Amino acid sequence: MRHLLSTRELSREEAIELLDIAEDMAAVQEREVKKLPTLRGKTVVNLFFEDSTRTRISFEAAAKRLSADVINFSAKGSSVSKGESLKDTAQTLQAMGADGVVIRHHASGAPFTLATSGWIDAGVVNAGDGTHEHPTQALLDAFTMRRRLHGAASRGRGLDGVRVVIVGDVLHSRVARSNVWLLATLGAEVELVAPPTLVPVDTSTWPAVVGYDLDAALRRAPDVVMMLRIQAERMHAAFFPNSREYARTWGLDDARFDALPPSTMVMHPGPMNRGLEIAARAADSQQSTVREQVANGVSVRMAALYLLMSGDRGEA
Amino acid sequence: MARAVLNQADISRALTRISHEILESNRGSSNLVILGIPTRGVYLARRIAETIARIESHVDAPPAGALDVTMYRDDLTRTRTRTPQPTELPPGGIDGKTVVLVDDVLYSGRTIRAAFDALSDLGRARAVRLAVLVDRGHREFPIRADFVGKNLPSSARERVNVRLHEIDGDDAVTIDEGEE
Repeated sequence: MRHLLSTRELSREEAIELLDIAEDMAAVQEREVKKLPTLRGKTVVNLFFEDSTRTRISFEAAAKRLSADVINFSAKGSSVSKGESLKDTAQTLQAMGADGVVIRHHASGAPFTLATSGWIDAGVVNAGDGTHEHPTQALLDAFTMRRRLHGAASRGRGLDGVRVVIVGDVLHSRVARSNVWLLATLGAEVELVAPPTLVPVDTSTWPAVVGYDLDAALRRAPDVVMMLRIQAERMHAAFFPNSREYARTWGLDDARFDALPPSTMVMHPGPMNRGLEIAARAADSQQSTVREQVANGVSVRMAALYLLMSGDRGEA
Repeated sequence: MARAVLNQADISRALTRISHEILESNRGSSNLVILGIPTRGVYLARRIAETIARIESHVDAPPAGALDVTMYRDDLTRTRTRTPQPTELPPGGIDGKTVVLVDDVLYSGRTIRAAFDALSDLGRARAVRLAVLVDRGHREFPIRADFVGKNLPSSARERVNVRLHEIDGDDAVTIDEGEE
């Protein structure tokens, strides 16, 4: 694998291989020595043009557990705030000898530009670009589902027939987009539930069903309910009247949570708005996978960095 | 053209002899852990553990497991990306145990060097021994096996193939003229 830019481009075999390697990485996290020498002498740059503590530290932990050196580059207070272009930033990283670049950018397509422009030789991981994709989040979600469903027998399996409902701000959500493509590739059935104002104009090419009635979707007893965060920083228009109405119509409140079968997983990519899209009781329940998702994120990102940065990069 | 070197009975006899030698040098089966290196070493390790249990019928079989060395290799950026295999340690771990590493073919010694690094991240074994089905020479490290099924002088051009019935359907060791 040369770069990891989107889940849409992943084949089923590639996705399952990455999840299987993540299983091995997860086993390393349970040992006393949690470090592997695999990427010793390699440099990973976390290039974050958008604030994100959780994703950045997850990638940082993943790179460090593979013995890579990590350089954190955030746009705030850097040369970027002085007006440096992506190209000049990239060439600076190239001159410093970066072997892998983890990029988060507010513009959709920035990682693709970085990977295909010829500015750098490094492998590029998309850590979230605009409203496009966030592939490692979808991979860790799929990994978490697979582990909950199959436990130790997870290796080699997809998510065939697993019914997933993704609820919330689909319009702005790169997590939803990455999940739709990946889950469909792995054989799951995806239903998107959102206010009509927060659904993209044309979803006809997406391998997912779109609905507007959360209670109807939950009555069908899905295997997984994934709540998306209401991103206050992206609410520039009147998408819904107010947060209380959103919580009442689209939130996983106590009543909706109690009506779910005990086997239904409740997922959230974090950070959560408790009381808005998810009630505290649902978030802290046995059915919630929120903390597993964080732990699995490190394993999945280790697998991605391994696949990108090992192997003969000349031949890819 | 493939030339047969060991057939099923030869492999079985070699593993039986190796099992006896392990018991002899360890003075019994106490504190033994047999760890196979994926892929085929894992099945050989299981067979050796079962053979030891048959020989020493009054004691439990020594625990067998798998030790993946992929992430410890020194050629990760030189060849295509390798897919790691699971590492499976017996519940007691390896601390204070005599670990017998098992692999199918001993060649450059680089896999075994990686295995030492992998092992030291998992605990502190009292001693580490090496058992291989075939030793084909051409070492690039000062490493030798304690227990050898068959010494097979080979040219670096040739390919040694080990087939085991657990994954290949039959037991055989063959040698191929490699292409120039």
